[in-house]
Amino acid sequence: MTPRVRGIPAETVSPARGQPVVLGPPGPEPEARGRFGEFGGRYVPETLIPALMDLEGAFRQAWSSDSFRGEFAALLTSYAGRPTPVTECHRLSERLGLRVLLKREDLTHTGSHKINNVLGQALLTRDMGKTAVIAETGAGQHGVATATAAALFGLRCKVFMGAVDVDRQARNVFRMRLLGAEVVPVQAGSATLKDAINEALRDWVATVEDTHYCIGSVVGPHPYPWMVREFQRVVGDEARAQCREILGGADPEYVVACVGGGSNAMGTFAGFLDTDARLVGVEAGGDGLESGRHGASIARGVPGVLHGARSYYLQDEHGQILEAHSISAGLDYPGTGPEHAALAAAGRATYAHATDTQALEGFKLLSATEGIVPALEPAHALGWLAAEAGRAVPAGSTVLVTLSGRGDKDASQVAELLGEPLE
Amino acid sequence: MNLEAHLRTRREAGQKLLVPYVTGGLGSAWLDVVRAVADAGADAIEIGIPFSDPVMDGRIIQEASRRAIEIGATPANIINDLAKVDIAVPLVVMTYYNPVQHFGHRRFAASLTASGIDGAIIPDLPLDELTGSLASNGGEPSWADAADEAGVETVLLAAPTTPDARLAAICARSRGFVYGVSLLGVTGERDKLSGGALEMGRRLKAATDKPVLLGVGLSTPEHAVEATSVADGVIIGSVLVRRLLEGGGPEQAGALVAAFRQGLDG
Ligand SMILES: Cc1ncc(COP(=O)(O)O)c(C=O)c1O
Repeated sequence: MTPRVRGIPAETVSPARGQPVVLGPPGPEPEARGRFGEFGGRYVPETLIPALMDLEGAFRQAWSSDSFRGEFAALLTSYAGRPTPVTECHRLSERLGLRVLLKREDLTHTGSHKINNVLGQALLTRDMGKTAVIAETGAGQHGVATATAAALFGLRCKVFMGAVDVDRQARNVFRMRLLGAEVVPVQAGSATLKDAINEALRDWVATVEDTHYCIGSVVGPHPYPWMVREFQRVVGDEARAQCREILGGADPEYVVACVGGGSNAMGTFAGFLDTDARLVGVEAGGDGLESGRHGASIARGVPGVLHGARSYYLQDEHGQILEAHSISAGLDYPGTGPEHAALAAAGRATYAHATDTQALEGFKLLSATEGIVPALEPAHALGWLAAEAGRAVPAGSTVLVTLSGRGDKDASQVAELLGEPLE
Repeated sequence: MNLEAHLRTRREAGQKLLVPYVTGGLGSAWLDVVRAVADAGADAIEIGIPFSDPVMDGRIIQEASRRAIEIGATPANIINDLAKVDIAVPLVVMTYYNPVQHFGHRRFAASLTASGIDGAIIPDLPLDELTGSLASNGGEPSWADAADEAGVETVLLAAPTTPDARLAAICARSRGFVYGVSLLGVTGERDKLSGGALEMGRRLKAATDKPVLLGVGLSTPEHAVEATSVADGVIIGSVLVRRLLEGGGPEQAGALVAAFRQGLDG
């Protein structure tokens, strides 16, 4: 007998595991010069411009080619383990007085949504005839995903990681090395994600002829924000169909995802932009917005240009970029992808934040009520939801939360924070 | 002073052009460093306005930028301080786009002019973004227009990866001179002149009559001599800034520039 979660006949939830991934139609391209409204663009040194033009052309062509899309869908199915399910959370729902559904990116190979994007970019790397990839990583999930795809495709791989993150995500550093990647600790600046991206860009300026820069989020110069959103939209496209199945044809009233650079959120939102769902991105609130120690770039940033794109960034009165602070390495970034900036400016999505403490609450809550240990990044989305249930999110609302990754990588850090160090 | 006219005049007089880079605000004597570099035979001077995230710069200039910011250097202070420098060669600021757009295009350009600064190099503002206006910028013109209006000459970079058609467009839009990036990589000292440097110089010389200077990685007078066998001149940065980081002052900076000058003058 098929095991049944209360109320959901497993066989009717679609797209379902074990079935091949069927990609939805491509989403819209940004406007001329890689713009999302006034955001985006291509602000990088001249050395990289020709490579970005080539990449844009290669992606545009691939994304409209049946053979590329077929190969991508096949990899998502047989290698990444998609489609991922949407799980209805009965005990959590009861606790919060909401109806909560989770999009389960934690169940993918390597444990987070990052694998979707990386498989797409690895295919493109091969098609462009490049033999190496570089990547930045914060939590290490994108680094692990890139190292994984590099192993799969036989590409050389170098991953830049802030020295602070190398320490707090030691397990992922080991995984990357095991997968054959070289991990380069970056000491500059705050020694976190922002600095890892700087260093990756510097490396790319020197290696661009045979190397593809596999950016891990919807940030960076055009075409990255567009391309990464498209490689991640499978999350939202699947979730929309799955939610309709569960909700009797309706869309959730709220769609919530955490926002670092914003790739899991943008991939999710892409599936719901033309519905009535309220889209909520949850940024890192760190020690609280008043403390100045946070990663809430839409809430507290101003328009500026970093890492090739115009968007919202945390910066001082002279235009120097400020360090972000978050309990979670994956959200420890002083900016956000340009399409999020445009959605915020247009009012189509709203951006909230969860503090470190609220994220820890979310981490514990999902573990205890559903038997699912979330990564610290999506724990922010859960922490925000728990804090706002019955307030900003009215009682009884249906809410989809993207669970962008699993918490194994964070176990030792959280154990320490909870006063129960593992060794 | 007009940067391009000044460089052309010197080139026509048979001089190889030498443009040293000094990080603005690096130590209390930095304006004296600028004066010493001018006295030692620079044809123009590039002043770095430090940015927190300099992606075109290697370790040395990153460290200089970090230290300058740490001791309080700001774009406004550096630009204002330069008004006090009375030297006979043009000044060009080199910075990144975020501080510029944060200032506002018009305001930034006007403040450069007010301090007698002739040009600007913004490596992360490539040709395609230079002329783009920002719809929501409260009617702010593009940087290209704002700079042109104020009489600030914006120097564009050309790279070894730049295809020919684009190279021509860059040369056409560049003001002051054309900055040829001598290698694939960021600023920093190198043992040898990159194999691609001469090729870069030749391609640019074939594409434009504007002064062509090679920069990034040039570290010794010998590199400079070799580079100017095709190009009109060179830009030297990290080799000079390293001396400042190591505690050198105006005297050491002047001596280094003099050595390059001597090498170039044969
Ligand atoms: C599980 C997980 N979720 C979210 C993020 C944040 O990235 P993004 O905002 O691009 O989804 C990361 C980044 O490392 C992550 O590992």
